[in-house]
Order: sequence, then structure tokens, then C-alpha cells
Amino acid sequence: MSAHHDKEHKPGEVPTTGHSWDGIEELDNPMPRWWLWTWYASIFWAVLYSIAYPAWPLINGATQGILGYNRVEELQSNIDKFTTLNAPMREKLVKAELTEIGTDPELQSFAKQSGAAVYKTWCAQCHGSGAGGNVGGYPNLLDDDWLWGGSMEDIHLTVTHGIRNTQSEEARFSMMPAFGDMLEKEDITSVVQYVRQISGQEHDAALATAGETVFADNCSGCHAEDGSGDRSQGAPDLTDAIWLYGGDVASLTHTVTYARAGVMPAWNERLTEADIRSVAVYVHSLGGGE
Amino acid sequence: MGILDKHKKIETHATLLMVLSFIVVTIGGLVQIVPLFYIENTIEKVEGVRPYTPLELTGKRIYEREGCYACHSQMIRPMRDEVERYGHYSLAAETMYDRPFQWGSKRTGPDLARVGGRYSDEWHQDHFRNPPAVVPESIMPKYGFLFNREIDGKYVADFLSTSAIFGVPYTTAMIENATADFRAQVDPEGDAEGLEERYGKAAFGTPVNVRNFDGQAKLTEADALIAYMQVLGTMVDFSTFQPDLSR
Repeated sequence: MSAHHDKEHKPGEVPTTGHSWDGIEELDNPMPRWWLWTWYASIFWAVLYSIAYPAWPLINGATQGILGYNRVEELQSNIDKFTTLNAPMREKLVKAELTEIGTDPELQSFAKQSGAAVYKTWCAQCHGSGAGGNVGGYPNLLDDDWLWGGSMEDIHLTVTHGIRNTQSEEARFSMMPAFGDMLEKEDITSVVQYVRQISGQEHDAALATAGETVFADNCSGCHAEDGSGDRSQGAPDLTDAIWLYGGDVASLTHTVTYARAGVMPAWNERLTEADIRSVAVYVHSLGGGE
Repeated sequence: MGILDKHKKIETHATLLMVLSFIVVTIGGLVQIVPLFYIENTIEKVEGVRPYTPLELTGKRIYEREGCYACHSQMIRPMRDEVERYGHYSLAAETMYDRPFQWGSKRTGPDLARVGGRYSDEWHQDHFRNPPAVVPESIMPKYGFLFNREIDGKYVADFLSTSAIFGVPYTTAMIENATADFRAQVDPEGDAEGLEERYGKAAFGTPVNVRNFDGQAKLTEADALIAYMQVLGTMVDFSTFQPDLSR
């Protein structure tokens, strides 16, 4: 746009930069006005923003901005808002007798809703997002086959302190011995067949008869004489079709030889009493609650 | 066209353009780099954060090697939904000994900043061997091979001393006993007193997890990775933490 090429340029023609390569000239169109103004506006906005909000790093911190915005305070006020809204129901939930939560429809509905959220955040990774459990020691919570009991009190205690963990001294604890060290191989083979017999599966009748004695001598103390289990020790019912680690011969042999000891963490360190009660109500409501 | 036309002077003088560009880049660089020189002042002070034990540090290396950061973040942002799901938002101090830090930026899987103690070791064993076995909807690949790769911590002292050069407070005692501490952490029957004394409650206010993390007799990469998982986000006691609002 400077003088030396402007004078050659006729009105109405786009000016050139004055550069010419083999007769090819470079046009010098101005930038679109809308683009230029947007650019100026962005610069102006950036200046205002850095005055209004925390922006520039200084020696011992950063500028705080004249609007006084603070993300930690914003987070806290967000959390406080919902805490305040939920407070009356949560208080009621914590004060209620465990067995009475079910008799108050409003309270039960609140507990179920918030319990579902707690479940999805903390429990789904082991028990499945649909609470169907997973083979390998993660119990199904939909059925009425409970290891440690399915009443509100039992579920509440299990969630609060967990099972066989080292975090809570009140955690429910039991330890199946590894029979690999205590029984002969043949005894293990026969007791496995016996367990398959009492659980109504295909089995070798002769071995099962031999296994009955082995069972009575070694297993009945915890799993009961008829194999129906003992909830006070978390010993599973062996007569039904529900298997925590599998009911096939290989899994059963492994279970008897090396024993099993599933661990559930104690949740009283991470969850509030209201959350624990909520999730207990939720689990109790899934179908198997007693 | 007034001042804008003066630009031509800069654009047509290579040396002037170079000098002015250098000045602009210098200013931009200073604004970004200078705060790093007084980073001690920019990290909110909290208690309990300790350097990783040799085993945990090895686990972190495996985490990096396997590219876990590509799908998992370790950065809980200060927003209500994240705090409700993952726990207290992450503090700068919690990753001040992470070199490189594993904040990540993509969450194909969940955030892991506070995964420590959230699941049992057995869960981690099952999950690393076959993630869909415990989380059927998971698309995470299997990491069962970690359970077959034995490690002995022979060179772990080098990891520690290299970290120490970059300011991680590993003491001479920690570096000298690195291999012993490495093995002590997976042996609940053994003598972990030295490990506990160097990294534990007395020194930093947080006890060290001493367990057989992978559930096998041998010491494998799975031990190290699970030990690392189990310490993530557990060092700071948030029941007594007061945020500094100027941060």
C-alpha cells in the first residue's frame, strides 16, 4: 500500500504488494473487517478477563482478580447447597431404627435413590453394576442366598466393617483351612464328589459315599452337617446351585485344596453413616432382603 | 494507514524482525518458566506426602511403560460431580514427587488419583488378569502377563538416586537399602521395620502397606503395580486438611 506501487494501481483494482516473480504479482487484499474486529475484541476481552479473574503468576501466588472468584469456594458452595437440601432426610435416616426405614415410604424412597448412587460409585466394580455379582468371589446381591445374613442389620454391619479386611477390627472374619495340607488327594477327590452330590450335580456315587465321611469329619463344622452352611461364619450353603467360585470339579478341587477367603473393605472409613444406611437399604431392596 | 503501516519496516528488515521476535518470545517464556523457579512456594503445603517406596516407584514405572495414562487420569478436578465420585480434589503436593506426573487428560477408564485402598489386592489381581471378569462392561485389555514377569529390584537404587537428583527427598539410607526395602514390602512374614522406619508413620505420618500384593509366592511386576495402585491418593489425611483459598 505504500507509494511505489500505489501509483501504478488504477481505481477499482486490488492493489499488489509490489513483488513480481516472472510477471506473477502478489495481491494485497486487506483482511476482512469482521475478522479484524473479532481479533481486536478478543484482545480487549483477554485484558478484561485477566483483571476480573485469577490470572497472572506472581512471586508468592497469582493475581486473584477483582471479581473474587475462587474455584475452591465455588466447589464448596456447590457441595454445601446439596448437603443442606439433603440434611433433614439424612438426619432422619441416621436416627431411624434400621428395621423401621422400610416402614416410612418417603424415607425408604430417599434411601433407595441415594443408595443406588452410592452403589454405582463404590460397589459396582465388584458386585457388578446390576448387582449380579461375578464368579471369583464377588457375591450376587440379587438373590436370597446370603453368606453373612440378609437382614438390614446384617447388611449394614457388612457394609460398615467389611469382610476379612485389616482396616476394621470389627470386620467379619472366618478362615477356611487349605485342606491340601491336611487331606490325602483321594479324600479331596471324594469330598468334591460328595459336594457335587448334595448340590444335585452329576457325580460319581462310590466316591461320593466315601466323601460323606470326609465331609462329616472335616467340613461339617462350618458348612453344617447337611452342607447348608453357617451364616455366623460366612460358610456358604453347598447344597444349592449358587457358586461363588464355581461348582465344577476343577473349581471345587481348587477350593478344597487351597481354600478361599474373599475380602470386602470396610466402608465406614470412606462413607458416612447416612451413605452406608442408604446403600444397605438399596441392597436390601434388590430382591433378597430378609 | 498510520501505525499499522510501520509494520512493513519490521517485516522487511530481517535482523530487526529477529531481534524483536526474540524479545517477544523471551517475555512469553519468562511468564511461563519463572514461576517454576519458586515452585516450592506455589505448592500448597500438606502433611503426609512421602516419596514412593522402591516397590511403588517400580510400579509407577510399569504404569508408565504400559501407557496406563492414555486411558486413566490421576487428577480429580474441583467440581462437585468429580469430588462425589472420586473423593477430595487432587492437590499439587500429592504429585510433587511424581516424575513424570501421571495427571493424564483422557478418561476412557476412571480416574485413579484416589484408587488406593478402594479395592482389595484380590480385586486388583482378578481385574488385571481379566478386567471383564469383575467389570463385564469394561474394555480394558488384560495384563495377566505381569503376574509372570519376575523382578528382583536389583537396580532400583538407581531409580531412587536419579529421582533424588531431581529433588525427590530420598535419603542416603533409602538409596542404600533400596533393594532390601523393595523385597521387604511384599513379605508380610519378614522384617519390614527398616522400610517402615524410612517411609512410614514415624517419618511421614502414613504407614506403608506391607503385603503379598499379587497373591503369588514369587515377586512379580504385578506386585509392584498393585503396590503403586494401593498407595495412590492415600497419603494426605483430608479429615484435617484446610484448603488455602489463595491457591
